[in-house]
Amino acid sequence: MSSEHGHHPAPLSDVEARTRALESILLEKGLLTPDAVDKVIAVYERDIGPLNGARVVARAWVDSEYKKRLLTDATPAIAELGFGGRQGEHMVVVENTPTIHNIIVCTLCSCYPWPVLGLPPVWYKSPPYRSRVVIEPRKVLQEFGLRLDEAIEIRVWDSSAEIRYMVLPERPAGTEGMTEEELVKLVTRDSMIGVAKAKMPDAHV
Amino acid sequence: MDIDREIANMQGATALPRKNGELIFSEPWEGRVFAMAIALHGEGAFPWDEFRHRLMAEVNSADCNSDPAPDYYELWLTAFEQLLLKKGIMTREGFERRKAEFASGEREEVF
Repeated sequence: MSSEHGHHPAPLSDVEARTRALESILLEKGLLTPDAVDKVIAVYERDIGPLNGARVVARAWVDSEYKKRLLTDATPAIAELGFGGRQGEHMVVVENTPTIHNIIVCTLCSCYPWPVLGLPPVWYKSPPYRSRVVIEPRKVLQEFGLRLDEAIEIRVWDSSAEIRYMVLPERPAGTEGMTEEELVKLVTRDSMIGVAKAKMPDAHV
Repeated sequence: MDIDREIANMQGATALPRKNGELIFSEPWEGRVFAMAIALHGEGAFPWDEFRHRLMAEVNSADCNSDPAPDYYELWLTAFEQLLLKKGIMTREGFERRKAEFASGEREEVF
């Protein structure tokens, strides 16, 4: 590297120069605005994944055969809907019932069923959640605003690099007449982690 | 936005590099060129599939010829350049000139 270019900070690599050239050309032609690129990055950093899991849940609510396959062997059942990981993590789906409530966690790090749930929320990765949900799950759930009857058994599932869990929340009452597409909207990310229930349908439905 | 979901869920060879669900950009330029293609598609400059097919072609042709395997976003960058040239959004000469300006330090800011 010749010293005559020393007044420039680290020279750009080939790919950096190409990327900047493209951006400057697109800005110059008015095809992109200066903040358009930042906006896209922001969208992808936020959560756009949980809808996949919501589709799996809604299908299980309306199709009992699918639900049976999902609870028996989740990975192929989820793949039926076109979702799967690149690394081939094994998926296990645990069902909430009137007497059992499930929660997922990764006590070691932040293993998360991302093909169905997208990016993990910040709190999922936080040490307090990871340790406390095992020790005092009922209290942690209360802090999420979910108060469970003492009679309900709480099961905590510790994810690993090999096994990723997802909760199948209970289908809310009053949704009998709803279509699969409408049900998808009731399934939140938090309900599939197990720190919330699925949303109740709007009164007018 | 359905297109964002579609891009986020691209499967197989064109699947976005991720680590535990999070997109991986090992250097800032990767995020820039990733977002540029999506933003320009959002402006209606080209159908997403047109870009995806070019990306797939880059990934497929790269796999067997190079060692180590090229960076995913380098292939993305090449596919995006090809698309802009094909669409007449830029010329080969204009692009090469601009690239040289950045490489030499003559130009530093993109605007």
